[in-house]
Amino acid sequence: MSEHEYPTSQQSIRAEAIESLLIDKGLLTEDAVDEVIVQYNERVGPMNGAKVVARAWKDPAFKTRLLADGTSAVAEFEFSGGQVDKLVVVENTSDVHNVVVCTLCSCYPWAVLGLPPKWYKDPAYRSRIVREPRRVLEEFGVQIAAAKELCVWDSSAEIRYLVLPEPPSDSDSASEEELAARVSRDAMIGVALI
Amino acid sequence: MDGIHDLGGRQGFGRVRREQNEPVFHGRWEAKVFALLRAARTAGALKNTDQFRHAIERIDPVAYLSHGYYGRWLGGLENLLVEAGVLNQQEIESKALELGADSDWRVAARPVAQPDVVGYESEEPSAIRPLPTEPLFRVGEPVHTCGTGTAGHTRLPAYIRGREGTISAWHDGWVLPDSNAHGRGENPEHLYTVAFSGAELWGEQSEPGVVVRIDLFESYLLKM
Repeated sequence: MSEHEYPTSQQSIRAEAIESLLIDKGLLTEDAVDEVIVQYNERVGPMNGAKVVARAWKDPAFKTRLLADGTSAVAEFEFSGGQVDKLVVVENTSDVHNVVVCTLCSCYPWAVLGLPPKWYKDPAYRSRIVREPRRVLEEFGVQIAAAKELCVWDSSAEIRYLVLPEPPSDSDSASEEELAARVSRDAMIGVALI
Repeated sequence: MDGIHDLGGRQGFGRVRREQNEPVFHGRWEAKVFALLRAARTAGALKNTDQFRHAIERIDPVAYLSHGYYGRWLGGLENLLVEAGVLNQQEIESKALELGADSDWRVAARPVAQPDVVGYESEEPSAIRPLPTEPLFRVGEPVHTCGTGTAGHTRLPAYIRGREGTISAWHDGWVLPDSNAHGRGENPEHLYTVAFSGAELWGEQSEPGVVVRIDLFESYLLKM
């Protein structure tokens, strides 16, 4: 789509125009944007989801709680700045691979993954992943055996979905911190493996 | 509404293009859109997330595809700010020109003269509304989805309409977006996760072993 996109300078001007008018009306302050940048660069991001996944791999009791009630289990971490009404964690196993999308807009589990990557919000992913998920995953470099169920979660309401990837073979010997560093954002969306 | 936003199953968009080392924001203006969103809430122009989603669905379909995510947010916000009377279209245009905008730049926003504001309830932090009524459907029960669309906001995508699926989870009551987006009250309904086979959705062209699970409100579903 990139060749059809509008120059962002025009969008930037538009945003500045609206910002300026709202500041004139006392509805906005100039430093509000800095708070946003700090919030989504430092406080909320996939590092939070990675901690959840690593703990689930190391702590069977936590994993049981996480799969039964993702919202409560994730609340144990006291992450700041991310809200979710209900988080459902779906586990990749030898029988099923899960992948998450929002075909109608771009719903995404901000509380544990931060803001979504651009491709997640673009028409190609949103249109294709429900119709030809195996082909899309191949483009991401992921081959899912034909015998394995491929489950696509279309986040159409306020429930948010997080994929619990299959653990790496050395998950018993590696520490929780080491494992967290290896959990990618894409694996928690379901478009990558660990 | 049957808008361009309803993308599930559409064809022709090509490969998924990924950006290496993508930053959280590509420019300061993307973060600025978040700040504008907060201001729109403060000003009373943005009442709830459902209304915001519908404002984005109402931007020009060509603009929807070409402006990207934050461009769509900007267009949706402009719709709401103008419709609520917080800003007017002319002052936005004038200010943009003053700041160096191209005069022929197409505007994503398409505000309507008489938005259907009926009376919004204040948005609570959560959309969960436990219901005293029994759910109509049980986990494991086969269901049909409604076969027709609506002119307004809905979370029943076109590719799921008129299909047969199976209830795989029940989530108690939730605010109904179809009603809440238009200021017609929360009217909570039971919410279910419904599973559809790839073959049911895409016929014999479906890839093997595909299941789509999607969250659907009770009024989207029919007894078999």
